[in-house]
Amino acid sequence: MSPLSDAQLVTRCRAGDHDAWNELVERYSRYVYAIAARGYRLTGTDAEDVFQDVFLRVYDRLDSLREDSALRPWIAQLTRRLCLDCIASRGRETSLDLIERAVEPAIEELHSALDVHEALGELDDACREILDRFFTRDQSYRTISDELGIPAGTVASRISRCLAKLRDRLEGRDVVASASGLATKL
Amino acid sequence: MTDYYEERLGELLRRLPPAPAAWVQAAQELPAARRTLDEIVARAEADAEFRRALAADLEAALGAAGYAPAAPVLQELRRRLA
Repeated sequence: MSPLSDAQLVTRCRAGDHDAWNELVERYSRYVYAIAARGYRLTGTDAEDVFQDVFLRVYDRLDSLREDSALRPWIAQLTRRLCLDCIASRGRETSLDLIERAVEPAIEELHSALDVHEALGELDDACREILDRFFTRDQSYRTISDELGIPAGTVASRISRCLAKLRDRLEGRDVVASASGLATKL
Repeated sequence: MTDYYEERLGELLRRLPPAPAAWVQAAQELPAARRTLDEIVARAEADAEFRRALAADLEAALGAAGYAPAAPVLQELRRRLA
C-alpha cells in the first residue's frame, strides 16, 4: 500500500485520527530534528524544546493550513522561526539575518535529504531496513549481518542493490535529480 | 550506477538521522496531552479554588490534582492561564 500523501494525512489528522497524527510525527521528526540540530546547531533542551513546540503548534494550527499539500514548507518555516526565537532568547550577539543566510545551504540540503528519505519509505521493508541501518543509524556491516541474519559478505551487495532501487524510485519522482544536482553528475 | 551516485545518496540519507525516540513519542502523545490541558483550563475556569492554587504554584497544584503534564504543555498552560 502506498503511503498517504501529506494532504491525505492532514485531512485525517483534522478528523482526529490518532494513527494519522503518529504518522505525521514519524514522517517529519527527522526533518525537524535535523533543521534544529544540524541547521541551527541547537543542542540539548534547546533542540528538544523547539522539536516539541513545532509539533504542538502543528497540532494546534492544522486547521489554519490553507493548502494541505503545503505541510512540508509550513513545518520547515515553523521550525526555522522557532529556532531563531530560541537563539534570540539566548541573547546571542550574531544577527539573526546572518544566521539565516549561513544556514540556508544546510536547509536546502535537508530538503533534498527528505526527498530521498520519502523515496526510501516507498521501498520494500528489507531495503528500507538495511539502508536505514547503514546510512542513518551508522551501523557496521558486521552489526547489520548479525542483527538481520544476513551473511556478512552479502551486506554490501544488498546495500548497493537497494541504492539502485532507491535511485529508480527517485527518478520516477523526478525530484532529487534536480534538487541536488545529481542528474548532471550521472 | 556510478560510485558518485551511491555516495551522494548515502550522504543525503545520512543527513536525516532519527530524532531521539523519547522526543518522537512525546510528540505523538500531544493529542492526549492537549486534551489534558483543555481539561485543566476548563476546571480552572469553573473552580476558583483550583484556579488560585494554580496561580500560586502551578506544578504543585497540578501534581496534587493528579496531573503530570510534559514541559511544552506546562508552558502552554502558563500562557493560557496568564
